[in-house]
Amino acid sequence: MGNFSQFVYLVPLFPLIGFLINGLFWKRMPKTLGGIIGCVAILASFCISLGIFFEVKNATSPIAPVVLFDFIQSGKMNIPFAFQVDALSSLFLLIITGVGFLIHVYSTSYMGHDEGMVKYFSYLNLFVFSMLLLVLGANYLVMFIGWEGVGLCSYLLIGFWFKKREYTNAAKKAFVMNRIGDLGFLVGMLLILLNYGTLSYGEFFGQLHNTQAIIPGSVNNWIALCLFIGATGKSAQIPLYTWLPDAMAGPTPVSALIHAATMVTAGIYMIARSNALYDLTPVILHVVAIVGLATAIFAATIAIRQYDIKKVLAYSTVSQLGFMFLALGVGSYTTAVFHVMTHAFFKALLFLGSGSVIHAMGGEQDIRKMGGLGKHMRVTQITFLIGCLAISGIPGLSGFFSKDAILSAAYGYDPVLYYLGILAAMMTAYYMFRLYILTFSGSFRGTEDQHHHLHESPAAMTLPLIVLAILSIIGGYVGLPEVMSEHNALDAFLKPVVTNFGEHHLAAGTEWILMGISVAVSVIMIIVAVVVNSKPKFAESTGLAKVLENKWYIDELYEAIVIKPLNSLSIVLDKYAERNGIDGIVNGVGKTVKWGGDKLRLLQSGQVGFYIFIMVLGIVALFALSFFWIH
Amino acid sequence: MILVLLILIPLLTGILSFTIKGDGAKALALISSILTMAVSAYVSGANFTAPITFNQPWIPLLGTQFSLAADGMSSMLCLLTGIVVMVVMIVNVNKDVEKPGSFYGFLLLSQAGLMGVFLAYDALVFYVFWELALIPVYFLCSRWGGEKRIAVTFKFFVYTFVGSLMLLAGLIYLSMQTPGLTSYAWNDITRAGAALPLEKQQWLFWLIFIAFAIKMPIFPFHTWQPDTYEQSPTPVTIILSALMVKMGLFAVLRWLLPVLPAGVAYWSDTVIIMAVIGIVYASLIAVVQTDLKRLIAYSSIAHMGLMAAVAFTHSAVGMHGIMVQMFNHGINITGMWVMVSMIENRWGTRDMTKLGGMAGATPKMAIALVVISLANIALPLTNGFIGEFMLFNGLFAGHMAIMVVAGLGVILGAVYTLNMIQKVAYGEVAPMVSSKDMSANEFVGVAIIIILIIFLGVYPKPLLDLTSGIAGLIVK
Repeated sequence: MGNFSQFVYLVPLFPLIGFLINGLFWKRMPKTLGGIIGCVAILASFCISLGIFFEVKNATSPIAPVVLFDFIQSGKMNIPFAFQVDALSSLFLLIITGVGFLIHVYSTSYMGHDEGMVKYFSYLNLFVFSMLLLVLGANYLVMFIGWEGVGLCSYLLIGFWFKKREYTNAAKKAFVMNRIGDLGFLVGMLLILLNYGTLSYGEFFGQLHNTQAIIPGSVNNWIALCLFIGATGKSAQIPLYTWLPDAMAGPTPVSALIHAATMVTAGIYMIARSNALYDLTPVILHVVAIVGLATAIFAATIAIRQYDIKKVLAYSTVSQLGFMFLALGVGSYTTAVFHVMTHAFFKALLFLGSGSVIHAMGGEQDIRKMGGLGKHMRVTQITFLIGCLAISGIPGLSGFFSKDAILSAAYGYDPVLYYLGILAAMMTAYYMFRLYILTFSGSFRGTEDQHHHLHESPAAMTLPLIVLAILSIIGGYVGLPEVMSEHNALDAFLKPVVTNFGEHHLAAGTEWILMGISVAVSVIMIIVAVVVNSKPKFAESTGLAKVLENKWYIDELYEAIVIKPLNSLSIVLDKYAERNGIDGIVNGVGKTVKWGGDKLRLLQSGQVGFYIFIMVLGIVALFALSFFWIH
Repeated sequence: MILVLLILIPLLTGILSFTIKGDGAKALALISSILTMAVSAYVSGANFTAPITFNQPWIPLLGTQFSLAADGMSSMLCLLTGIVVMVVMIVNVNKDVEKPGSFYGFLLLSQAGLMGVFLAYDALVFYVFWELALIPVYFLCSRWGGEKRIAVTFKFFVYTFVGSLMLLAGLIYLSMQTPGLTSYAWNDITRAGAALPLEKQQWLFWLIFIAFAIKMPIFPFHTWQPDTYEQSPTPVTIILSALMVKMGLFAVLRWLLPVLPAGVAYWSDTVIIMAVIGIVYASLIAVVQTDLKRLIAYSSIAHMGLMAAVAFTHSAVGMHGIMVQMFNHGINITGMWVMVSMIENRWGTRDMTKLGGMAGATPKMAIALVVISLANIALPLTNGFIGEFMLFNGLFAGHMAIMVVAGLGVILGAVYTLNMIQKVAYGEVAPMVSSKDMSANEFVGVAIIIILIIFLGVYPKPLLDLTSGIAGLIVK
């Protein structure tokens, strides 16, 4: 095996170069070449990531962090720009560059007609660069750099079609909500730095267990909570989730890459990375589990009544991320990582599939105007179906294994969490098949023009779909449950970095029963969804349905309790405190002085009035001084 | 001797400029600024083992000596002054002003004053340069400013003048406390001040601090600033916001913290709270501004508020962060103003409700605007982040809750900055006066800024190394 880990900096370097080439020469760059540069950059990173992955897999001892240069050094505080090569980061490298590459390829066709295509690829490369920094950092500061970097790219790509105000509003909302979380992350970092004097993972985790007696547990609780607040922003959890559905304003491959497969899982990565810390803070883990579960259920209820194909997938993503946090919260970190991986496959697949549909529909996203598309686009239909089956947890597909692992871990922690999780899983199966049926089966409900235009997408788009569909099927076999296999490859691989906390081993019988229940409810809900939506009627909804359609009015609530009051406060401050208040006083003083000055000036020849005034005040000051001096 | 050059070059070329008519003055100013920049770069980069000093008898009768010294902080600020003035001159190459001879003359005189302030190691020399830097600004505002320039200059004058007067009184008082004969030397002043009993330091603190607080400015001494920034011609706004506000902060670090340690310790919580209120207050007000210049002015108050708060925390990392941030804030806000002047040039307005579509009309400008704005909100890998992180670190150690309040500025900063980008750069193209993208000289000026933003954001080590010694000394 080669010594790939020494060249780990090449992994983010290639996308950075791609960004710079496309970014600096976007004006003269032919579209095709820009696309090729973008794809090749990610492919190169993927190849090196593969090498690194196998090196880590075969390594007998941990690989030391690769220090690139001193970043911030001040007195005793020394934060290097360093990369961590280990099981967790190398797995994420593969997901990011692998799925990233497929989405880049897909984009060459999807964005082929857009005049901003070269700019698009430069942003996309910049995103991958930032995401790689995020997972490669050997300390929280480098993670934070990537963390804010992906936020920026998300902002740029959501608002990619910048002429539409609605889109740029969505971009702004995403960035600001992320910043709220980022403040939590920042405070968490400062707490670590203040108490442990370091931000490096190795040193921090090492000290955590040594200094427990000196540093009170409440400090660790605060650190864990602050980091989690950061995670709720980036990974769209309650209460900071509302930006993600709006983020669908961006081009669809962006939604697949950033808002499904990679960036939004950063929060899960962060907590899994910090597992040594969270082991010491069971209270905060409990909070994580509850927030995750609540988000999983809440977002799923909304997904049931959405009509925009991408909005359904967006709420589904929020819900699935909730599942991952549930796994983290019950201490089953590796399961969360497992679900990150399988979700990256099937959700990227679903998003890209929806992109293919939108492409065929000429930009239409409303599923009420679709129907019967299966006949016209077989590959999209079949791969989309595979995605739906995977996310619904049908045995044999990847989603089944990861979701089942989460649910049984939750059962071990507290059966109540399991039953509530099943509720969310039921809704998942329902809304996914509602989406599938409304889109692909039945008869076409759009315009004649659109009907004419329906076609399967070109190979650059269908090939990534096929690859992702295959991964969505087989991706689960790396993490077989205990009852099926002695060896859970993923757990074993992650073991040196991530060890689960308080794992409850269920009896084999219990586990089979749990599995049976979740499969049964999923299948039932799929049947229900197929039956209910086969002959759809779209009447004006009322009651609960209307509330769900309007997303529980959460956006309106935030508008009313946060945005409007703050805005009014700003206006009041500007108008009254600033202009009439402080400035009024100053101007009053100024006017008095000016009046005095004018009077004084009358005594003088006029021109040098200012300077006379200075002199007089100077004399007064001298008097004052001598007064103090004497005393 | 080399330190004297930093003052003499702008001083002499400034005086010379008054005698020149037409474009010659512009060329002279450009050459002068490049020369000064080169000398300041040499002073900062030469890596002297001991600070270079210059001493010359001046007015022995008053006990003052013409003494200058360049430690890490001084040379860093001189370098900033050199770079900023040079960028101003570069982007001004294709702009016309009335009476260029006196316009550039005043600008250069002000630069000479700034250099003197940053180098002075004698209180009276410091005070003289302080005034020398300010007086040209009054003339520049009142002759080349906007519609309301007279009223605004008057307000600015009253503010700074009241401050200056109190400062002078404070310094004279201190000089009389020096052992032996009256002396204004920094060493003597600090020794005399530190020896004063607490109750004296308590009131002396305000006598000296108010001048600096007005200059920075700290809430509630700030209301001159948005008006003055708005009404001044852009080169003057740049000098004011990138350099003169640093004069206030610099003065706190050199002429207040070491001089009145007990007074500082006594009032530090008060000042920190004022400054942090200012951060939130100014950020909130920035959100509802429609004039670009006012928006940036309030954003700058928020940024300076953080630096000012940390100055009073006695944290080594924080102090180091102030050094870094003084430089970076100067660079970034210069970039912001350059963008504003370019926008005003193309669209004929600074009113954001009448702007839009820059990304479509002049994409190079839009990219520059976005990069500089991101530095302004301290995105990692831009220079703004390094300082802000260190500052928060400094504030956090002793004042956790206050830091979190100050952190709200981070969120509000994103709100008003992205609002600004959205209104200026996105949407359909608003009616333009001239649709030219950046000209060559504007490109060079902006490129200097952007290169510094990225370079110091990725590799801040040179800046950290330059200032680490002095930062440690101040908090010791």
